[in-house]
Amino acid sequence: MGNKAEINPKKELSTGLETVAGDRKKTEALLTVEDLSLSFTQYASGLRQTELKVISNLSIQAYKGEILAIVGSSGSGKSLLAHAILGILPLNAKLDGKMEYDGKKLTQERKKEMRGKEIALIPQAITYLDPLMKISNQVIGSVEKEKESIMKKLQREVFQRYGLKPEVERMLPHELSGGMTRRVLVSTAVISSSKLIIADEPTPGLDDKTLNETLSYFKDMADKGCAVILITHDIEAALKISHKIAVFYAGTVLEVANVEDFKNNGENLRHPYTRALWNALPQNKFQAIKGHQPMQDEVIDGCIFYDRCSKKKAICSRGIPQLKQVNGGVVRCNNAS
Amino acid sequence: MSTAVVTVNRGLFGGLNLRKKTLLIIGSTSLLLLAIVVSSVFLGEEPLQTNFGSKNLAPSLEHPFGTDWMGRDMFIRTLEGLGLSILVGGLASTISTLLTVILGLLSSAGKTADSFVSWLVDLFLSIPHLLLIVLISIGIGGGAAGVITGVALTHWPSLTRVVRAETKQLKTQEYIHISRNLGRSKWWIATRHILPHLVPQILLGTILMFPHAILHEASVTFLGFGLSPHEPAIGIILSESMRYLSAGYWWLAFFPGLSLLIVVLAFDMIGENLGKLINPKIAHE
Amino acid sequence: MSNNEKIASFIGKKALRLTSLLIIVCFASFMLIQYSPIDPVRAYIGEMPVTAEHKAKLEAYWGVNTPPQEKFLNWAGDILKGDFGTSLIYRTPVIDVIEERFTASLILMGISWLLSGIMGFALGIIAGANQGTWVDKAIKTYCYALAAAPTFWLALLLLIVFSVYLGWFPIGLRVPIGVTADNVTFFDWLKRLILPAITLSLLDIAKITMFTREKLIEVLSSDYVLFAKARGEKGLDLILRHGVRNVALPAITLQFLGFSELFGGTVLVEQVFSYPGIGQTAVSAGLKSDVPLLLGIVIFSTLFVFFGNLIADIIYEFIDPRIKQQEALV
Repeated sequence: MGNKAEINPKKELSTGLETVAGDRKKTEALLTVEDLSLSFTQYASGLRQTELKVISNLSIQAYKGEILAIVGSSGSGKSLLAHAILGILPLNAKLDGKMEYDGKKLTQERKKEMRGKEIALIPQAITYLDPLMKISNQVIGSVEKEKESIMKKLQREVFQRYGLKPEVERMLPHELSGGMTRRVLVSTAVISSSKLIIADEPTPGLDDKTLNETLSYFKDMADKGCAVILITHDIEAALKISHKIAVFYAGTVLEVANVEDFKNNGENLRHPYTRALWNALPQNKFQAIKGHQPMQDEVIDGCIFYDRCSKKKAICSRGIPQLKQVNGGVVRCNNAS
Repeated sequence: MSTAVVTVNRGLFGGLNLRKKTLLIIGSTSLLLLAIVVSSVFLGEEPLQTNFGSKNLAPSLEHPFGTDWMGRDMFIRTLEGLGLSILVGGLASTISTLLTVILGLLSSAGKTADSFVSWLVDLFLSIPHLLLIVLISIGIGGGAAGVITGVALTHWPSLTRVVRAETKQLKTQEYIHISRNLGRSKWWIATRHILPHLVPQILLGTILMFPHAILHEASVTFLGFGLSPHEPAIGIILSESMRYLSAGYWWLAFFPGLSLLIVVLAFDMIGENLGKLINPKIAHE
Repeated sequence: MSNNEKIASFIGKKALRLTSLLIIVCFASFMLIQYSPIDPVRAYIGEMPVTAEHKAKLEAYWGVNTPPQEKFLNWAGDILKGDFGTSLIYRTPVIDVIEERFTASLILMGISWLLSGIMGFALGIIAGANQGTWVDKAIKTYCYALAAAPTFWLALLLLIVFSVYLGWFPIGLRVPIGVTADNVTFFDWLKRLILPAITLSLLDIAKITMFTREKLIEVLSSDYVLFAKARGEKGLDLILRHGVRNVALPAITLQFLGFSELFGGTVLVEQVFSYPGIGQTAVSAGLKSDVPLLLGIVIFSTLFVFFGNLIADIIYEFIDPRIKQQEALV
């Protein structure tokens, strides 16, 4: 009974999404994540074992030539989603759910093969560079001897494209400026000729000029046919370049909206939280939403947004709302229609 | 419920979770050490009577560690030696811990006091540890008192360093600033706010200091400083055994040393497992 | 601050530190011995029969009746001139004894320092790279046992096995005290060196292995290794590219910081193997109340530890670029 009820809407969902994508490009999703859950086994003081659920029932899809922004507040587990897709989670992590890449199941073995070749990560900070290794070696990565000279040429081209001077090659990470770091990190993905690019918080602390420059790199990649997943807490930056916005809240995606839906008072948006986010922006109503996200160790039966929702009904406190396809997007809310 | 019953039967510790396993290790090793001390105290001198009829016997069921050139049972001698080592180690660690607490609190009192403590730590660490113990114990006039003083006065620097670092970090905390603004004295803040936070760290440091103190006591005794040859100390037993090595009486050196190693390991294990309880991050290894 | 200024201020600070350290160490150890029950005249006389007149002369020589402050100044003044006095047990200038014995010990310590550094680092990398597997557990157990083993007991065991049973190496105590290195052939000398060097290195291996292992695990859980994995790097290549590179400097630094323990180890090892080095000399000087020699050894061993720490500081301040990175982040 329960199983059947869960499977059906998903079938609808995937066909639904294809038609949405069909408007833009007649392709299948490059990456499909369905019902992903992630938890960690941890020891608390006195060695009591606890389970920490970081991501639950998360579903997203990334298409070639498109930028999907995953927007949520800092520290809500968005980076772990990137790590889950790449298969670089720590050993005490437990992963559930389905992932498909290019129509085939994405197993841990396949992730190992794919990463760095098909799927690239653009990390968020300078700490992701080896402090003792020259920049050129890090951008090129680990390659066989005979490929080294080709890669070296490629790296020089990429550096030229991004306006990085030749002496940057020989620098160590601590010698880079903020803007240079950003461009070096982007270079590592570009040089790999990956099809799926996951950028994890690439914009914090950047001035307007560097921010726009960085965003243009992602736009560029999407225009060349890559699928780009942009993980960020900055909804404004995301709206500038993305095609779709996935709203991440307390470990799950509440809504995937098209960028065009973000206008006026947000009446086209499907989830109250997305609307609240939109209205919280300074150029809109500048209204902050009350309350805070539930803690990761809180057990919530029902809609995860229940406590803060202004339109909650009795049914919302019982069972997680099903993912629904509404008006060219998807949403997890009982009220949306 | 039913799964819990099933898992209990898997392996020796398989069914226990990490918490229970850790507590079990701490409990059983503590018991072992306690048993050694108690039995060494209550054994007395009697079993150590010389018996030339049974001298230099290899290990057997009757004498598991063999006998020495005076026919004394090596198992009993070792047990007495271990008891003495643990007591000396305990006494020395306690004194060193007291010094740590005093110096740690002193360093929280002000900048000048803190530089003095830091200077003292550096000074004590600048002379090779073993040589320093020898120097102090000679200065005191040798004997058991010399060894205990030497070991006790030289084991505080590393723990004091830890405590100093922790104190520095604590002092940046908001509630300490508030206390200061409320006009609390430095002494009040040190004893009410800083010391309670340091207790687990200091406790752990003391237990981890034990094995060092024990090994140093044994080393200095082995070299011939301090305890008189009549005391059944492990260092003395091993130093004596050197004279009988070429005769092939290996058991004179082997078992006492091994027992000391086990005692030291036991303290390390207690310390490590307590550390896991206090700071669960280490347990993920 | 320019680089030259930084170097100049570093040298200045260290020179000041060394001077103050030596003054304090000299004063403290001198006073400690001064107020101890040691009687230098009796220590010098030993078993010799002496007349009361001779004894009075000696007392005047050793300054039994001069106040301690004055005695200290005399002694310190002599040391500044390079005169460390005469050893009571060797009846030769202290500086000559220290030179000969310290050289012998430096060879012993140097060999075991290198051995333990290389082997400990390798073992640590192997254990850290295989964290949680039986290889790691075996290496960890081995290190715990080694760290808990009394130094001199380990030395005794090796002596029992290799010298008594196998007869490969000489048992100590065969060469009487006072025979200089010139009187033994190179081969004899080498034979006497192997076991002590191995024992001493075995003891240090535990520390460096555990440290390397922990550092490697720390590096392997760092952001940059995560990123390297995300880019498809794996296995040995990953460990060599990022692990070894980032662990090597801290491990070398630790080896230099370990001079104090190395010295302590050599005292015990030399005692068991009767190796004619500074450790054995220190023990004799202590047991036989040879005050000038003991004080001389304290000064030189302090210098030895100081230079180890100095090299570690140099690596930390000038060579490791990560320090600059941390400074930049602050």
